[in-house]
Amino acid sequence: MIRTEDIIKSFGETEVLKGISITFETGKTNLIIGSSGAGKTVLLKLLVGLFKPTAGKVWYDDIDFCNIGKKQAREIRMDVGMLFQGNALFDSMSVEENIAFPLDMFTNKTKAEKLARVNYCLERVNLDGQNSKFPSEISGGMQKRVGIARAIVLEPKYLFCDEPNSGLDPKTSMVIDELIQDITYENNITTVINTHDMNSVMEIGDNIALLHFGKLAWQGNKSEVLTSENDTLKGFIFASPFLQKLRQTAIENPK
Amino acid sequence: MGLNIFYHFGRYLLLLKSAFAKPEKFSMYWKETIRQMYDIGVGSLIIVFIISIFIGAVSAVQYSYQLSDSFIPKYYIGYIVRDSTIIELAPTITCLVLAGKVGSNIAAEIGGMRQKEHIDAMEIMGVNTAGYLIMPKIIAAITMIPVLVCIAAFVSISGGYMAVVIPKLLTGEEFIYGLHSFYVPYNVFMMFVKAFVFAFILTTVSCYQGYYVKGGSVELGVASTQAVVYSDILILLADYFIAMILTF
Repeated sequence: MIRTEDIIKSFGETEVLKGISITFETGKTNLIIGSSGAGKTVLLKLLVGLFKPTAGKVWYDDIDFCNIGKKQAREIRMDVGMLFQGNALFDSMSVEENIAFPLDMFTNKTKAEKLARVNYCLERVNLDGQNSKFPSEISGGMQKRVGIARAIVLEPKYLFCDEPNSGLDPKTSMVIDELIQDITYENNITTVINTHDMNSVMEIGDNIALLHFGKLAWQGNKSEVLTSENDTLKGFIFASPFLQKLRQTAIENPK
Repeated sequence: MGLNIFYHFGRYLLLLKSAFAKPEKFSMYWKETIRQMYDIGVGSLIIVFIISIFIGAVSAVQYSYQLSDSFIPKYYIGYIVRDSTIIELAPTITCLVLAGKVGSNIAAEIGGMRQKEHIDAMEIMGVNTAGYLIMPKIIAAITMIPVLVCIAAFVSISGGYMAVVIPKLLTGEEFIYGLHSFYVPYNVFMMFVKAFVFAFILTTVSCYQGYYVKGGSVELGVASTQAVVYSDILILLADYFIAMILTF
């Protein structure tokens, strides 16, 4: 479980996060949603330790992540996997080398053991046999899956995904969403996904937190989204006439 | 402006401190160091060769011209080419050129990694990015650049030999005699000190510029240019201080 406690983050005089307290539960897909500039990415970067909060705390189970030494922070990071919006795959390395990088850096496994683990992860994301390809030789969706494979190669307890569907077509987005959800349930990990993809919200939103101008505007799950009367949520999710109609139908026919 | 210099210098020192922290896994750092040694060493051979041969040739022809109407023996040309090459031209010109070639490359490589979130990805994995990305480059540079400078000195003197002996401005024997005259081994030591210090400067300054790059492609271009400009200025400044310290 990860918990934030009154997180405030300022850049100069601009306060981006204004006292956010959220709990991200273990074994569930926790979604952070919100319009551009709401503070989603800043919150995600705070959670993984790329930014330090101006005030407030981030708890990994019972460890105060903002007030620990470098060694302990590194130990926690060994349990963290992250999928970046732009994938952040190393261009000069093959798919296999990219996925094996954390294994090479942090484990003493033999070559055969590492290859077996890499192949398992590739199989898990349906990319078996793509070991020798380079990131530039595969599609955006495949790159995302390689990113997921690299994120899970060390069997993390916490998985963070920054806009996993950005730049993908709806079908590929769905595949990525299902993959992340399956991995979360199978391994009982705490997954935090930063998205503004409504399909993701409706498909895999076990816990959803809506950020609005740096504040937590709404919290709930995917079944509560359609019927919620929260104005900020309605303004964000049901912006288009089609979705407004969908909401109306859901209210009129709850089953 | 004044405070800005202190800010950057402090941040530069802190980056170096992080860069020399204990590696997470020695074998990974070693592999990266070998790759960098190849890139910096072998990758710079041709440019160093071309620059050196012409510098040696031009300086030999110029000295020959200046000494042509004097009573100074012609073999002095070999002696002057040798000493000017070893003391100044080989280490300084080679490192100024390498600041352009290697320095801009390092700044662009690390800066690109910063912009594509590669550095963030490594940080989240728990990698000490300053250590993994910078330390191998520094070790590779301070190992390979003195070797390149040594090669540059040899090629430059050879260029000088060909430039004056082939057109018969003086005989090969005279040039070789000049090379053997008034030889001071301490000058070679000075050459290596310069090469070592300049290598450290051009690598660390370029790494610093790349590591803290922000924004997009324009900023990356600026960082790359600054890496070369600042490295060149600091190399020339260090050249002066080393000359002062080692010749008094």
